[in-house]
Amino acid sequence: MSGAFRIPSAGRLSQAKTARFSFDGQSYSGIEGDTLASALLANGVHLVGRSFKYHRPRGVLSAGAEEPNALVQIVRDDARKTPNVRATVQELYDGLAANSQNRWPSLSFDVGAVNDIASPMFSAGFYYKTFMWPKAAWKSLYEPKIREAAGLGVSPDRPDPDHYSSRYAHCDVLVLGGGAAGIAAALAAAGTGVRVILADEQAEFGGSLRFESGAKIDGQDGFAWAQAAIARLSAMDNVRVLPRTTAFGYYAQNFVALVERVSDHLKAPGHDLPRERLWQVRAKRVVLASGAIERHMVFANNDRPGIMLAGAARTFLNHYGVAVGRNVGVYTANDSAYAAAIDLKKAGVNVAAIVDLRDNPTGPVIDEARALGIEINFGRAVIRAGGKLRVSSMTVQPKNGGGERTIPVDAILMSAGWTPSVHLFSQSRGKVAFNHETQRFVPGTYAQDCVSVGACNGTDGLSATVDEAYAAGAKAAKDAGAKTAKGTKPKVDASENWSRGMLGAAPGAGPDTTVKAFVDFQNDVTAKDIRQAVHEGMRSIEHVKRFTTNGMATDQGKTSNMHGLAIAAETLGKPIPEVGLTTFRAPYTPVTFGAIVSHARGPLFDPTRKTAIHPWAEAHGAVFEDVGQWKRAWYFPKAGEDMHAAVDRECVAVRNQAGLFDASTLGKIEVVGPDAAKFMELLYTNPWEKLEPGRCRYGIMLREDGFIYDDGVVGRLAPDRFHVTTTTGGAPRVMNHMEDYLQTEFPHLNVWLTSITEQWAVIAVQGPSARKIIEPLVEGIDMSDEALPHMSVREGKICGVPTRLFRMSFTGERGFEVNVPADYGQAVWEALWAEGQKHGAAAYGTEAMHVLRAEKGYIIVGQDTDGTVTPNDAGLDWAVGKKKTDFVGIRGMMRPDLVAKGRKQLVGLKTKDPKVVLEEGAQIVEDPKQAIPMKMIGHVTSSYWSQNCGRSIALALVTGGRDRMGDTLYVPMPNGVIEVEVTGMVFFDETGGRLNG
Amino acid sequence: MLLIRCPYCEEERPELEFRNAGEAHIARSANMAGESDDDFEKFFFIRSNPKGIIYERWRHMHGCARFFNAVRDTVTDKFIMTYKAGEPKPAKLPKDSNEVVAK
Ligand SMILES: [Zn+2]
Repeated sequence: MSGAFRIPSAGRLSQAKTARFSFDGQSYSGIEGDTLASALLANGVHLVGRSFKYHRPRGVLSAGAEEPNALVQIVRDDARKTPNVRATVQELYDGLAANSQNRWPSLSFDVGAVNDIASPMFSAGFYYKTFMWPKAAWKSLYEPKIREAAGLGVSPDRPDPDHYSSRYAHCDVLVLGGGAAGIAAALAAAGTGVRVILADEQAEFGGSLRFESGAKIDGQDGFAWAQAAIARLSAMDNVRVLPRTTAFGYYAQNFVALVERVSDHLKAPGHDLPRERLWQVRAKRVVLASGAIERHMVFANNDRPGIMLAGAARTFLNHYGVAVGRNVGVYTANDSAYAAAIDLKKAGVNVAAIVDLRDNPTGPVIDEARALGIEINFGRAVIRAGGKLRVSSMTVQPKNGGGERTIPVDAILMSAGWTPSVHLFSQSRGKVAFNHETQRFVPGTYAQDCVSVGACNGTDGLSATVDEAYAAGAKAAKDAGAKTAKGTKPKVDASENWSRGMLGAAPGAGPDTTVKAFVDFQNDVTAKDIRQAVHEGMRSIEHVKRFTTNGMATDQGKTSNMHGLAIAAETLGKPIPEVGLTTFRAPYTPVTFGAIVSHARGPLFDPTRKTAIHPWAEAHGAVFEDVGQWKRAWYFPKAGEDMHAAVDRECVAVRNQAGLFDASTLGKIEVVGPDAAKFMELLYTNPWEKLEPGRCRYGIMLREDGFIYDDGVVGRLAPDRFHVTTTTGGAPRVMNHMEDYLQTEFPHLNVWLTSITEQWAVIAVQGPSARKIIEPLVEGIDMSDEALPHMSVREGKICGVPTRLFRMSFTGERGFEVNVPADYGQAVWEALWAEGQKHGAAAYGTEAMHVLRAEKGYIIVGQDTDGTVTPNDAGLDWAVGKKKTDFVGIRGMMRPDLVAKGRKQLVGLKTKDPKVVLEEGAQIVEDPKQAIPMKMIGHVTSSYWSQNCGRSIALALVTGGRDRMGDTLYVPMPNGVIEVEVTGMVFFDETGGRLNG
Repeated sequence: MLLIRCPYCEEERPELEFRNAGEAHIARSANMAGESDDDFEKFFFIRSNPKGIIYERWRHMHGCARFFNAVRDTVTDKFIMTYKAGEPKPAKLPKDSNEVVAK
């Protein structure tokens, strides 16, 4: 038996297919096709959680995505513990294990429920008012405590082992919502042959046909018709049918994001299935068929377990075969709850009484209820519910006051009417309009190519819905380019009709009361809280919302927004539309991070770039560092060496013998064309026209504001061909900067730009033995100092492959940079390495490279400069062509502040104690004894231990730095003040003789 | 995600392929070095930042890599039209962006 409350004659599930599951450790039996909620209710379990603020016992309110109460934790294993799963959405599988949330030590006895008794303390705006003072207590006391107490459910503490997938799709007509309206629209569109996607959040299509026992279409029961129609649509090549798929975001130009829950309903999904799939759909036309959501009645203790929406109780009965009680009461302000009472009564459940706020309504459902012998009370209100862990009674009173009568019940089915689901329409930037007659917001002005049909459009009745939807589907297809139409409109043979209802608090929860009549169950907001917000000065619904948190929980106020708005409007004495509806935002229902992130995590979060020489470095024990997306060899420790020892050894080897360095990540751009030199003149501060082919020059690139943007050595290979190098991190933006000017400011120049960063592997060979290492492998290039002086470039061959051989140095030693096609990078490196071994060469990494260049005072753009440094600030005035009349930055450089005295200038620093290494970023002051906050006059940009100098060295930006040579300045640090002397930037080989050494 | 029509590719492509490049129709002076402080300030620092129609530069970064101009409504985010770099500011705008899309 799958639960004492299962009615074998009712529902559509096969009783034979049982599924075991557990809730809070207790084992139960359900049926395949159940949701966790229906399975629990079948076992008579209504108490499923505790509320967020007051820890009040809560049950199941709804049978769908709007559920604010029945939030549970689903535990598959140690890593898969999903919190805040709506029990009304989670499909049952054999072995499912769920736990209740927000309770301690147990669901039926929860210590936190003291908040309920102390609730006068927790009224609207409580946090804003209570924790304002004393200020210091916020950080140390209030915030940590609030954080501990707040939050719903427990996050998993391990990485998510599941995988997620992501797909882009295009279609002509996207239909969102698979009830009668959505199916009719999809049938009409699909018949024309255009590409259709139909999505619905439920496992089975049909929408409200799941519970509307009175619906007949094309001679069939409504739900059966829906299944048959879906089968037909699924078989069509031009249609994609997506069940368990929620459209959660509607973005610009009919771009809709949907999440498909692929395997959360399976017992053992297997690793080949993603958990969820994100669909990003671009549709020519969108048909919104999102239906309507039933509202609850707002009365005292309307949150007791067992009190639920009438439509939900009907769904549990007619779809799942579950009676939500044995003796139910009904409280309504519209016709739809009568149908629930009738269905339950017919299934053998006692209906204690229907309490109807309306005075003398008439209609077929009322007649039918009366004929079934159900007691009906017009013009009366349920003013309170009895019971705590489960509702036990409802107390009824004439709505204008009078004698009370208490009726024992074990469930109350309530309906205040239906709210059109305009969430997606609102997300599409459409403007809703208030219909005074029906008291509801419906789609008004459209902003995108979409159309709303059925209940979400305020269309009442199945017949009108199907007519409207079918016509809209056909029109959407036609607008999307359909030529022919075929198919027939479904014929509605019988339907249920209702509309209207009420908004706001019911009698008994009016302004003169202090009862807990809940408007927003998930955030524990009562009618009283909303009135209080208005009394305290909130006028706009947006303020009321934030002050009370009404509608701000993860259910986004699907059941509560309209009630909250009506109560605020009533308190303000204003019509509803003047108070305004809050804006609906994505996501419609909560979306997992996994679905959004998809495969883009771990190594796939960002591309990893590796040089051609990377495998060699890896094999030789390199430790790598990340530089942008690149992996760069940082240092090459030998056995027993730490980083410090390895870097010292590498630095000494380069100066005494030679070193090999993988410089492949340097950005490289080829600037080619008859006007290449003219273009270079405009993009760099330096003069280029007179640079002879075969020579190189260190170039500085500025932005228009006059600040250094990038730098690098440029070789002129031919009159019309420059090989430009950029910083590793700067390559893409330099290319963009060049293209921008070439395409938009200097389009008259005949120049082509090509990124060649990945085409050429670059091996720097630096040190006194550098030439001896390279020479034996080179063909066709005279490597003598006369033929290949410092700062020159030749094309030839090395190891039989083409090379662009640069004689240049970023170390201050005799140096070469061997460019070879990337495919040969590692082979040439290995050949050079073999030669290098004969001369005691070492492989060195980026750390040694940094130390060696700092010993020579060579700057690194982005480390020693920060986007506010001019060439003059950096001591690079010599690289600015004085006779030039134009280049990017020429005017910016002349700005008054950039030529004023007292700018920060790049200088060297030597600590008085040579063993002390400064911290990069440390601040510099003139007087260490001044009061805090001290006046800072600069900061350290680069700082290293230099084994070659036998001391620490540093570069710094210091106000008026070049006028302070020899001065003593101070670097205050947590452990004391460090004394430093201002020096020039070159710490090693000041004359530069070693370039030819 | 927006769809943007590249006037060089003559195709609507997703926003992901493009990169915004700031306001359009701000010409760099042919006599840059001789610009007054005021003129340089206008050229380099001052932008219109309108609520409504903006003329701006985009680059079809992951497509043809061309820079082009676009007219966009900053309120609705709708692209009114796009045109090639160097073409003059359109004297008249189409009434509805859909007209452009349909073209
Ligand atoms: Zn393009």
